[in-house]
Amino acid sequence: MDQEEHALPIVIVGHVDHGKSTLIGRLLYDTDCLPPDKYSEIQKSSEMLGREVEFAFVMDCFEEERSRGITIDTTQTFFKTPKRRYVIIDAPGHKEFLKNMITGSSQAEAALLIIDAFEGIQDQTRRHAYILGMLGFKQVCVLLNKIDLVEYSQDKFIQLKVEVTDFLNQLNIHPTFILPISAIHGDNVAKPSEKISWFDGPTVLQALDTFYELKVEEKPLRFPIQDIYQMDGKKILVGRIESGHLAKGESLFLLPEKKKVVVKSIKKFLEKDVPTVHFEESVGICLKGRQKVRRGQILSGDLSFMISDRINANIFWMDPIPYQMGGPLLFRCVTQEVPCRIEKIHKKFDPASMEWVKEDASSILGAEVADILIHLESQVIVDPFNDIPEMGRFVLEKGRRPVAGGIIL
Amino acid sequence: MDHLTRLENKSIYIIREAYYQFKNIAMLWSVGKDSTTLLWLCRKAFFGHLPFPIIHIDTSYKFLEMYQFRDERAKEWNLNLLIAKNEEKLKGGMGPGQGSKLDCCNELKTNALKSVIKKYHLKAILLGIRRDEHGIRAKERYFSPRDSQFKWDYENQPAELWDQYQSMVEEEEHFRIHPILHFTEFDIWNYVKREELPIVPLYFSKNGKRFRSIGCVPCCSPIDSNAQTIDEIVEEIRISKTSERSGRAQDKENIYTMQKLRALGYM
Repeated sequence: MDQEEHALPIVIVGHVDHGKSTLIGRLLYDTDCLPPDKYSEIQKSSEMLGREVEFAFVMDCFEEERSRGITIDTTQTFFKTPKRRYVIIDAPGHKEFLKNMITGSSQAEAALLIIDAFEGIQDQTRRHAYILGMLGFKQVCVLLNKIDLVEYSQDKFIQLKVEVTDFLNQLNIHPTFILPISAIHGDNVAKPSEKISWFDGPTVLQALDTFYELKVEEKPLRFPIQDIYQMDGKKILVGRIESGHLAKGESLFLLPEKKKVVVKSIKKFLEKDVPTVHFEESVGICLKGRQKVRRGQILSGDLSFMISDRINANIFWMDPIPYQMGGPLLFRCVTQEVPCRIEKIHKKFDPASMEWVKEDASSILGAEVADILIHLESQVIVDPFNDIPEMGRFVLEKGRRPVAGGIIL
Repeated sequence: MDHLTRLENKSIYIIREAYYQFKNIAMLWSVGKDSTTLLWLCRKAFFGHLPFPIIHIDTSYKFLEMYQFRDERAKEWNLNLLIAKNEEKLKGGMGPGQGSKLDCCNELKTNALKSVIKKYHLKAILLGIRRDEHGIRAKERYFSPRDSQFKWDYENQPAELWDQYQSMVEEEEHFRIHPILHFTEFDIWNYVKREELPIVPLYFSKNGKRFRSIGCVPCCSPIDSNAQTIDEIVEEIRISKTSERSGRAQDKENIYTMQKLRALGYM
């Protein structure tokens, strides 16, 4: 196996105490990816708290997390199977820490949704699943954990499986697998278990190995200007290719002005004569002639983008302080930063109850989701999230802190 | 795009974003492999012309090879190098033999850092910490605020999504920027190899021993190893069962020493 291959990032979500952190600790331990000195540290720490070895302590490293038995913030660790490397992202299950769960999820390409087989679907299960749906996750595997607490019953598993499939389909999520496991005892995590001999599906590890890396598709160029550097009398526009590719000599549109410009050269440190650059590359560009340029402008390969000062979007509110309609916010999408207000709240949704709360509401509460109309102080360049996600997702800030994330419909 | 290039591009984006947001910034260089990698990434981000200084927090207990390496690179790469020391405590005889490791690290490293930030009114500092170094570092954000007491409010970190990074809020003193959080130890060595980066010779085996992690002489233990080239180091790490920092004494003093240190402003 080529160790330099991309590690697939996977987030683990679910209601509080359904076993996310324990599962990760168990996965690392069972794949021999937990260094012995780390295991001793966990053992020692668990003993100090009068507990059996807590696999959750692999991820829960804050003293407060261990003594209170909760995950406060997202964290990441690495492990590998014979097939490839993974980055495992842990997410807190408490409603209070939703913004930390969103921070973690925003970095993943696939998700494991863990549900306590005894307790069943709970508020955060619904909320997290909703967010996964909104963030466009196509690869979700469901783990019905603590199967030992329902006596490894096949009937109970089937009953819950039907319930879960039904609920997820409503969110347009089609799980790759639904697996019975016990993270604490290690049943069906890295190895199949005799106690679940009636189950003929994969283990968690095998299910992970079926996830694929997101393919990069060919899309129109979007290059948002991040900054301008003056070097050797030249103006270098730096930024990242958010979609598509860019070639030397190519003719592009400088937005929002829609001015036609030509790429004179592409700059990379210690590389001469770079002909083309691609998606995700952070590069420097020099344009022909003298152009008025600033951060927030976008170089585009075509005119297929949306340009407007009024945008319809779907947002999730992360701040504990509710939003009153009309209050000032800052809209941030790639390098564009524009003051805005929410002009209309078409409808609100509480994912925990899966109910539309109100039509024409005037406020948005923490952990709620809403369909809104944003009014910006000036025009911005965006694309629908389903076309170019990088240009279709944004953050709303208040007092320079993110209070909501959203996607453009 | 290959794995290392993807990691590299993300780091460059973060470094450029930090410069744009804060302007008055500096990079902390411990002369180890991680911060030397970060330094290289900064050079890439600014096409070889760094618009900010590089700071070495010198406890005066570092290995001779580190001082030599530092001065050679500073000259070769034309760095604006600032050396920060807690002179007052050093004159008073502060060292790892005197009192706890927590105190020594706090005084000679953290407080030296605080002084230099205040002296130059720095708004942000770039650091080469990685998530896989320590469970506490794995909880970090790319842009991490510190208050006027240099405290890390780890129970209340701002959300960070879709590469939208924070700028300053009034009560804040400075930001810690961590552009290589997502690199693993393995990635760093592969990157060092690919870019042919110069590295402090202490990482390579001499007389059957080498250092996997370097810091101050009294608190670093070497490991048994015959790895004399980067390829051999990469292979050794690939099959290793122990953690990278298992030879660092301050991590061993108490399970929560790292958390306590970081809450006081440590790296």
